[in-house]
Amino acid sequence: MSKVIKIKRGLNIPLKGSAEKVLVRLDKAEYYGVKPIDFPGLVPKLDVKVGDRVKAGSPLFHDKYNPEIVFTSPINGEVVEVRRGERRTILEVVVKTENGETEYEEFGAASPDSLSRDDVVEKLLKSGLWPYIKQRPYGIVANPNDNPKAIFISCFDTSPLAPDLDFAVQGEEEAFQVGIDALRKLTTGAIHLGLNADYPPANAFLKAKGVEHHYFTGPHPAGNVGIQIHHIDPIAKGEVVWTINPLDVIIIGRLFLKGIYDATKVIALAGSEVIKPRYYKLISGANIDSVVKDNINTDTDVRIISGNVLTGTRVDKNGFVGFYDNMISVIPEGNKYEFMGWIAPGVNKHSASRTFLSKLIPGKKFRLNTNMHGGHRAYVLTGQYEKVLPMDIYPVHLIKAILANDIDKMEQLGIYEVVEEDMALCEYVCASKTEVQAILRNGINTMIKELS
Amino acid sequence: MKALRNYIDKIKPNFQKGGRFEMFESTFEAFETFLFVPNTVTTKGSHIRDSIDLKRTMIFVVIALLPTMLFGMWNVGYQHSLSIGETWSLWETFWYGFLKVLPLIVVSYGVGLSIEFAFAQSRGHEVNEGFLVSGLLIPLIVPVDVPLWMLAIAVAFAVIIGKEVFGGTGYNVFNPALLARAFLFFAYPSHMSGDKVWIADLANGQGIVDGFSGATPLANAAAYQMDKLPSAYDMFMGFIPGSVGETSTLAILIGAAFLIITGIGSWKIMVSVFGGGLAAGLLFNTFAVNPYMEIPAWQHLIMGGFAFGAVFMATDPVTASHTEKGKWIYGFLVGFLALLVRVLNPAYPEGMMLAILLMNAFAPLIDYYVVEANIRRRMKRAQKVAKS
Repeated sequence: MSKVIKIKRGLNIPLKGSAEKVLVRLDKAEYYGVKPIDFPGLVPKLDVKVGDRVKAGSPLFHDKYNPEIVFTSPINGEVVEVRRGERRTILEVVVKTENGETEYEEFGAASPDSLSRDDVVEKLLKSGLWPYIKQRPYGIVANPNDNPKAIFISCFDTSPLAPDLDFAVQGEEEAFQVGIDALRKLTTGAIHLGLNADYPPANAFLKAKGVEHHYFTGPHPAGNVGIQIHHIDPIAKGEVVWTINPLDVIIIGRLFLKGIYDATKVIALAGSEVIKPRYYKLISGANIDSVVKDNINTDTDVRIISGNVLTGTRVDKNGFVGFYDNMISVIPEGNKYEFMGWIAPGVNKHSASRTFLSKLIPGKKFRLNTNMHGGHRAYVLTGQYEKVLPMDIYPVHLIKAILANDIDKMEQLGIYEVVEEDMALCEYVCASKTEVQAILRNGINTMIKELS
Repeated sequence: MKALRNYIDKIKPNFQKGGRFEMFESTFEAFETFLFVPNTVTTKGSHIRDSIDLKRTMIFVVIALLPTMLFGMWNVGYQHSLSIGETWSLWETFWYGFLKVLPLIVVSYGVGLSIEFAFAQSRGHEVNEGFLVSGLLIPLIVPVDVPLWMLAIAVAFAVIIGKEVFGGTGYNVFNPALLARAFLFFAYPSHMSGDKVWIADLANGQGIVDGFSGATPLANAAAYQMDKLPSAYDMFMGFIPGSVGETSTLAILIGAAFLIITGIGSWKIMVSVFGGGLAAGLLFNTFAVNPYMEIPAWQHLIMGGFAFGAVFMATDPVTASHTEKGKWIYGFLVGFLALLVRVLNPAYPEGMMLAILLMNAFAPLIDYYVVEANIRRRMKRAQKVAKS
């Protein structure tokens, strides 16, 4: 094992209900959905109408400003609904599946080694797999015309209740390697795999060829790709790096192995309100109800989240698994008053601060709810954010620069290096209840608008 | 609790927009959130939130202040009993001090909170919890005999000019409690210095033991009367005249331990203030040209308001440096300057107040340079990349 990078700052939030390593194979769900809101900054243009028939891999919509970037259906069937929100923004494009064999668009199998960069790019674009590749700065879908200085893949997830990616990639060694081969065509730089140093990683990661391995240890957000980039090869102004999730590398691998868009992946269903938290093998974009039905606590109000509890998106039972998400979390809603809660000793309350008795119970797991635990205030405490952001960045100053809309300062203070997930813990620990992630995305949107 | 909650829900509409008591919306909200943590849930960003909030943070500082407050009450009684040459029981002593100090606390909270509630209402904000701490700090750093009307004016000055004009809690440049004291010091100097003000009822002179002096250790030292200095034990324990809550270093250290263990107070600032004080003290010892400069460096730390300022004033997160590196520099300079003012400037026997207020003004500058260093480091990295 090469040098291990120790992440010292951060916070593991011990939640109840982590997924047992049991794999449940799900039947095809009735409905699948692709959500333009999964892609920050995207302005979608529909390619289908309600009633159209699509195959797995048929385009549903594309990016208005980069029409070659298309978003395709993960399944065959009929487009039954386009759900819209305020000002007619498209929230979800819903496909109703048919029973029987899945029909796929044919993109042609080919070994990436035999293809040119342009061929690989074209195949990814046409099949709708391109959006799996994200770029930094900004955490948006990569621009196919960029030449990134490197590609980063974090092979472990440290967020609360996160799925064990080593478990999720079992049996997919070949597809993972082919996916890596394809990605290698896209950059002249290195492909960096971030691995967990605390236990032996899966063979798919360990034996991957054509990559550089880096070992990390420490609390969340050590598994965030942004933190790993910062410690391996930080992003300076004018540089672009790409990132991708390992489960999505496998989907790319399948495209080259089989010539089809096979969006099957293993995701975790976890959280204190799940009766049997487990792993599920399903097709990306599946209806949430098909995963959680008869498996959540109905005694309390619950919140279902596609993704983890720090960065995920709130979804209804009739919503869909997010494009990038590898887990579904279910936690109780916190819409209750609590008598004198601010002074209670707090045996069952989690806090990064040392003001609750629960701090004295090591290894305790919590059933946390969605209550804000207090009102919004100006910044009073200092040093909280710095304790959970393992980067050479002054997070509070960055947030203030964004609030002041000071572009120069945002740039100098490191906005190119962070996306929401990296500062999600700052939001969690904030005693002033500031909405850090929303503010950061506003700042990123400003940068995109001003600098392009 | 259910009944109470139901009652609140019943009367709540009266205080909301369009209700009969709309002008008390913020006040109502302050009391409601005091009784019940609201049922607000997260909407965007992180779905779960840390259980800590500003109410808890502030109340923990208040808890940390309790040892100094209780000791201060006892000491007020004790010093008075000494001045009239009587021996009182523990309860008599405490009760006398309690009756002397309680009005100060009531006036401080009454005036300050009224102003805070009024400002919150006029701005349509929730009431901030900041004054929970300031309101208790102020009575602890004034002489016990300060007239209540003076205290009321000082509190009003501190809250309005020191805080609300800047936008309220979190935006103020100067520590409000220290501003209140500075206001008193400059506006009514005769009530804030001299030998008569530190002990209850000493000024009106009835029944005072002949030859009794109410001088504080700092006054003794400034007058070069080193033989009159109390013993280090008395100064550490706090059996000396002084501001209500500032005399007992032991009680202050108990509060400091609480603040450090809970992580509410910055240990970096506390350590560096004491470090700065020691450094200045040792410097004086080296050049000792007068008796004041000969006082052992460590004794400065248990005299006057040094310890109290280090633990409860310099660590105010709003007015101190915000960066972790800046906190070291800020604290050190506070400690160093406090002794400089104390020993070298005969006009002010107590340097801590002025040192902290001065450094409050400089804290943003310290932060500016710390952050600039970070920016330069990042720029250098970018240039290196651009070259290669």
